[in-house]
Amino acid sequence: MIKLNLNSMTHQYSFLMIRYLKKQNFWFVFTPYFWLVLFFFIPLALIFKISISVSEWGMPPYRDLFSLSEEGFKIDSTLSNYLFIFSDPFYIRSYLNSLSLAFTSTILCLIIGYPIAFYVAKSQANIRIILLVLLIIPFWTSFLLRVYAWKVLLQGSGIINSILIHLGFITEPISMLHNHYAVILGVVYTYLPFMILPLYGYLVKFDLNLIDAANDLGAKPVNTFLKVILPLSLPGIIAGSMLVFIPVVGEFVIPEMLGGSDKLYFGKIIWDEFFVNRDWPVASALAMSGIVILVFPIVIFQLMYAKYNFKNE
Amino acid sequence: MSNSFLEIIDVTKRFGDILALDRVNLKIEKSEIFSLLGSSGCGKSTLLRIIAGFEKPDQGKILLEGNDITNLPPYIRPLNIMFQNYALFPHLNVTNNIKFGLKEESFSKQEINNRVNEILNLLELNGLEERKVNEISGGQQQRVALARCLVKKPKLLLLDEPLAALDKQLRIQTQFELVNLQNKLGITFIIVTHDQEESISLSDRMAIMQNGEILQVGNPVEIYEKPKNTYIANFIGTANIFHILNKDSQIIIEELNYEIKNINNNKNFNKCLIRPEKINIKKIENQSDNSNFGIVKEVAYLGSYTKYLIEVNGIQFYSFMQNSLVSDNLQIKWDDKVEFKFNDSSIFFFND
Repeated sequence: MIKLNLNSMTHQYSFLMIRYLKKQNFWFVFTPYFWLVLFFFIPLALIFKISISVSEWGMPPYRDLFSLSEEGFKIDSTLSNYLFIFSDPFYIRSYLNSLSLAFTSTILCLIIGYPIAFYVAKSQANIRIILLVLLIIPFWTSFLLRVYAWKVLLQGSGIINSILIHLGFITEPISMLHNHYAVILGVVYTYLPFMILPLYGYLVKFDLNLIDAANDLGAKPVNTFLKVILPLSLPGIIAGSMLVFIPVVGEFVIPEMLGGSDKLYFGKIIWDEFFVNRDWPVASALAMSGIVILVFPIVIFQLMYAKYNFKNE
Repeated sequence: MSNSFLEIIDVTKRFGDILALDRVNLKIEKSEIFSLLGSSGCGKSTLLRIIAGFEKPDQGKILLEGNDITNLPPYIRPLNIMFQNYALFPHLNVTNNIKFGLKEESFSKQEINNRVNEILNLLELNGLEERKVNEISGGQQQRVALARCLVKKPKLLLLDEPLAALDKQLRIQTQFELVNLQNKLGITFIIVTHDQEESISLSDRMAIMQNGEILQVGNPVEIYEKPKNTYIANFIGTANIFHILNKDSQIIIEELNYEIKNINNNKNFNKCLIRPEKINIKKIENQSDNSNFGIVKEVAYLGSYTKYLIEVNGIQFYSFMQNSLVSDNLQIKWDDKVEFKFNDSSIFFFND
């Protein structure tokens, strides 16, 4: 069992909060909460409201949840949207596809990102700044454009196929676009910095003497990594994985642009339900289910993790 | 065939344009406390890291008990190092830090526990077993770092500035503990330090390093009494260094215009050292024709002894007097005229 003693973010923040409350800086603390309520919980509540409404033709395409007429106050609510999505394996499969995409790309981001983060963290200060800027430069270009660029690269007449044909490895262009591998490629490409940056944050604080110490005490490089470097960078790994995993589950732009019909993803299904089928209640029910299924395990994990750290501090 | 325990032969190391070690040769004997002393940047830490195996020398060899270990990775070398910042694993408690090295070897659980308990007793760490390493004091951390190395029963222990992180009170106490521990275990210690007092009081032998070179190797008494050059003389303790004039079979200390008698300077040394504690001063009540007098320019009372700065013919030197040897009515003050005296045999001649 790997033991951790690093501060969890939750723990630090709650400590800060108590201190600020003691100082009566009420608004200082509650401004972000106010923001969260206004722009997160209220929209979420609206989505929830739509998800238990009855679908109908019109604008908006659902019946009002509460209505007041001559017959009195009436609640027009239904759970049928939820029953519908859980009874159709199509939706469940798309959700599982999204989970597996998120899982695969998180692992790939970790495998690719960890050595990069380590290298950046351990390079000399002046080189480190250049490397960090290089990591951030892609954000200056629109995400949409960058994914579109992949489309250009991967297409039949694209650079990669041209080079391969030119070098004589293939005679016919390979179809690299519009399948789930292209989606994984796009997702890993897009989300890699979100893995690297938190990892870098933890690794840059890492005392290199610990590696020498482990080596000196007889640990071979593999054991040094597993017993010292990995456990001490675990908070960074968790933070980076969350930043990749959670948004990828709902990702719909990359599957839309690079994906094909071989696998359908949850985010794209919600999009289609909203804008193609105009079935807002079903789309909302999908969104709510997705959030609930994803959020609860994460919250429980975070609480356990925070409690564990608290015990070990 | 040599019998030295550790031999460093012609070790050279460059970092870019900087020559960190320049053909270093050193022989260290079994069970001695050997210290590498020098100011920062002199190459002492690089040498220690090469012995530990973290750096490879560009040239040269390291022999441990006659075996070439130059190319062995650190995890195979039968030696351990204690880091200046201790480098304890922050995610492990005291016991698991100590166990870390044992788990890398194929010991039985029983053996590991026995060894850990033994070392916990030896270093008086009982009761701290389950504590996190950042919850214990600096002195305790130092002992955990030491325990983590010693539990491996290394042939050689390297200590990088072992006392630098401790406060002064603890440092002196720990110095004695370290020497006692070494005597008890008989493990060879190599200590890197920039603190000359620490080096003198700890070591059996020491090497003075400067600019990647070893200037002098010897026991503390040799180094202190017979330094090879001005740098060493000044680095270890306080030194009064004068020029020697050889004139018609007369040997004269130029600055003091003092003739040294009964001493042969057949090697034509050009400099001499007289340590401050070997120069005695006495207040002169009435001016006499004694030629050896000077003016007191500074007085620093340090408890057991007092430092006096004496000026003669425009040059200044120090005299340290034990306070128990100066009677109250002869207290020496600023601007007092004093007679100074030293034994000609306490003059050390050298060429520089």
